[in-house]
Amino acid sequence: MAGMIEQPHAILRARLPGRVRGGPGPSQRRLGAFVRRHKLAPYLLLTPALIGIALVLLWPLVQVIIFSFQNYSLMQITGAAPTQWIGLANFTSTFRDSEFWLSLRNTVMLAVVVVPATLIVGTVVGLLLNRLGKKMAAFVSTAALMAWATPPISAAVLFYWLVNPDGGVVDWALSKLPHWLVGSNNWAQYNWTTTGAFQAYAVIAVLVVWQAFPFIAVSVLAGLKTIPGELVEAARVDGASSWRVFWRITYPLLKPIFLVLLLLSVIWDFNIFGQSYIITGFPGNQNEYNLSLYLYDKAFASLPPSYGLGGAIALIFALILLVITVGYVRTSVRQGALT
Amino acid sequence: MMTPSTHIAPSPAAVAVAGRRGAEGVAGAGRARATRRARWAGLNAFGLVIALLTLFPLFWMISTAFKPSPEIYSLTPSLVPAHPTLGNFSAVVSGQVSGIGSVWLFFRNSLAVTLATVLVASLVSLLASVAVARYRFRLRASFLVMLLIVQMIPAQALIIALFLDFERLNLLQNLLGLIIVYAAQALPVSIWMLRNFVATIPKELEEAAAIDGATGFRIFWRILFPLVAPGLVATSIFAFITAYNEFIVALTFLGQAHSDYTLPIYVTYFFGRGGAQWGPIMAASTMYTVPVIIFFLFVRRRLVGGLTAGAVKG
Repeated sequence: MAGMIEQPHAILRARLPGRVRGGPGPSQRRLGAFVRRHKLAPYLLLTPALIGIALVLLWPLVQVIIFSFQNYSLMQITGAAPTQWIGLANFTSTFRDSEFWLSLRNTVMLAVVVVPATLIVGTVVGLLLNRLGKKMAAFVSTAALMAWATPPISAAVLFYWLVNPDGGVVDWALSKLPHWLVGSNNWAQYNWTTTGAFQAYAVIAVLVVWQAFPFIAVSVLAGLKTIPGELVEAARVDGASSWRVFWRITYPLLKPIFLVLLLLSVIWDFNIFGQSYIITGFPGNQNEYNLSLYLYDKAFASLPPSYGLGGAIALIFALILLVITVGYVRTSVRQGALT
Repeated sequence: MMTPSTHIAPSPAAVAVAGRRGAEGVAGAGRARATRRARWAGLNAFGLVIALLTLFPLFWMISTAFKPSPEIYSLTPSLVPAHPTLGNFSAVVSGQVSGIGSVWLFFRNSLAVTLATVLVASLVSLLASVAVARYRFRLRASFLVMLLIVQMIPAQALIIALFLDFERLNLLQNLLGLIIVYAAQALPVSIWMLRNFVATIPKELEEAAAIDGATGFRIFWRILFPLVAPGLVATSIFAFITAYNEFIVALTFLGQAHSDYTLPIYVTYFFGRGGAQWGPIMAASTMYTVPVIIFFLFVRRRLVGGLTAGAVKG
C-alpha cells in the first residue's frame, strides 16, 4: 500500500517546477507544525469566507429579526427616544394593512403565471435547440443568450419604452391590429404602467419570461444531451409521437433538473425588485407594489421610515422563501450535492 | 416500396387494386420525404420566429438610440433609423441631459466595483473551496447547507440592517461599501461551484509538493491556482454578473452621491427624471448593455458549463 502511494510521488516530484522546492524558514515551519497538529488548515482557509458571510449576510439577518420586535426608527437611532420591545405589534399591524395583502397577491400572482410560462417556453426552446441544425441552433441560442445577458434594469427601462403610450412600438402595433383580435381599447394611447396592477404585471411577466427562459432552455438542453439517443430512437421506431416521447422518456429522466429549475424560478420570481421598481414607477402606484416594493416603501420611502415595520415584513418575506428554500436544499441533498 | 405485379394478375379488378396500391406506395415514400422536409422547415421557421422575437427588444433599443427625436415620437415608427444620428450618444457622453455627469464616469464606477468584486470573491471562495473539497472536518456538512440557505436570503430582507450598519461604518455613498457587500453575496455560490473543480485535481500533486518541503501558500499559489483556473473563470463570470447588475444595494447605499453611481443606478436616475428623453435613455441603456452582451458572447462556452455545474448539479 505504502509503495503504491510512494511511487507516484517520486514521479510527480521529478516533474514539479523547481521553485516549489524552496524550503520555508524556521518560524514558518513551527507555525506549520502547529496548524498540522491541531488540524487547523481547513478552518484557516474558511476564515475569510466565514467573516464575509457572517458580517454581510448572517448578522444583518439577526438584526432584522431583532428590529421586527422593536419600535426601531430614526428617533431611536439619534437617541431622541428609547428603543422599546413591542412584541408582535409590527406583525399585527402588517397583517392588518390591506396594502400588505395586495402586494402579497401581486407577488403570488406574478409567480403563478411566470414560473410555468418560463418553464414551458424554456423547455420548448431547449427541445427545439436539440433538434435544429447546427447553424440555426447557434443563431437561436445566441439570441437567447443576448436576452439573458441584458442587465435587468436595462431590460426594464427598455420594456417601459416598448409599451410607452407616447411612441411605444407595442402600443402602435396593437392599434394597427384588427379590433376583433385585440379588443376595442384605444391602444395607441394605452398606458400599461399606470392603468392598474394587472396591466403593469402583464408587462413585468413578459419581461421576466424574456430574460429567464434562456437559462431554462440551456439547462434543459444540457440535460437532453445526457439522454442516450437510442432510447428516443427506439421509441420513435415503435411509433411513439414526440409528445409521448417527451412525457414517457425525456421528462422522467430530466425530472431532477426540472425540480431544481422549478424551485429556482419560484425563488427568483418572488425576489423580483428592480424590474417592478422601474415598470411600476416606484413609489408612484401603491396598488402595484409587490412584497419587495412594499417592504422597501415601509423601510425607506415612508415618513418617518420604520425599520421595525420593515424588519417584520422582511421576516415574513424571508420565511415564505425559507419554505421554498428548504425544498430546494432537500432536493439538492437528495441528489447527492453534499458528497 | 411495393411494386405493382400486373403481369400475373388476370382480372382487371385485381389489376386496378394492385395498381392503386402501387401508386400509393410510391406516393407514400414521397410523402414521407415531404413530411420530413416540411417538419424540418417548420422547426427552422419556429426557431427563426423565436430568435427574432427574442432579439426584437434589443434591436429596438439600439435602433431608438440612433434615431433623431422626431423619428422616435413619429406616429408610424420605422424599424431602422431613416436619418441615423450620434446625437443621443454625444448627449449622454457630455452629461448634459442626465445632469449628473458623463456616462463614462458611471461606466468607470461600475467597472471598478465589478473588477474588485470578482477579485476578492474569487480569492476568498478559492480558499474556502479548498477547505471544503480537500479536508474532512467537523461542521463541514453544516457549512455547505448553510451556504445553500444563505444564498437564498433575498437582499431585500437584509437591506435595512445593511444600510444602518454601513452607515455607522461610514461606508455608504462610496464604492468600497458596495464591493464588500457584492463580494460577500457572491461567496456562497462561488464556493459551491469551485468546490467541484478543486475536487477533480489529484491530491497527489499537492502531497508531492508538500514532501518536497513546499509551504501551504506555495502549494496553493503554484499548483492549485493554475489548475482551478477554468473553475475560477466560471465563478468570476458569476461574480461579474452579480456586481454589474446589482440594483437594490447600490440604490440604497448611494443615495444622492451622484458621482459614485453605478450604471444601473445612473440609468434609473436618468429614467426617473422624466421629460421623455427616450433617445438619450436608450443610448445610455445601450452603452450599459452592449459591452456585457459582447463579453458573454466571448465567454459563452465556459458560461454554459459553469452555470449548469453550479445551478443544476449543485
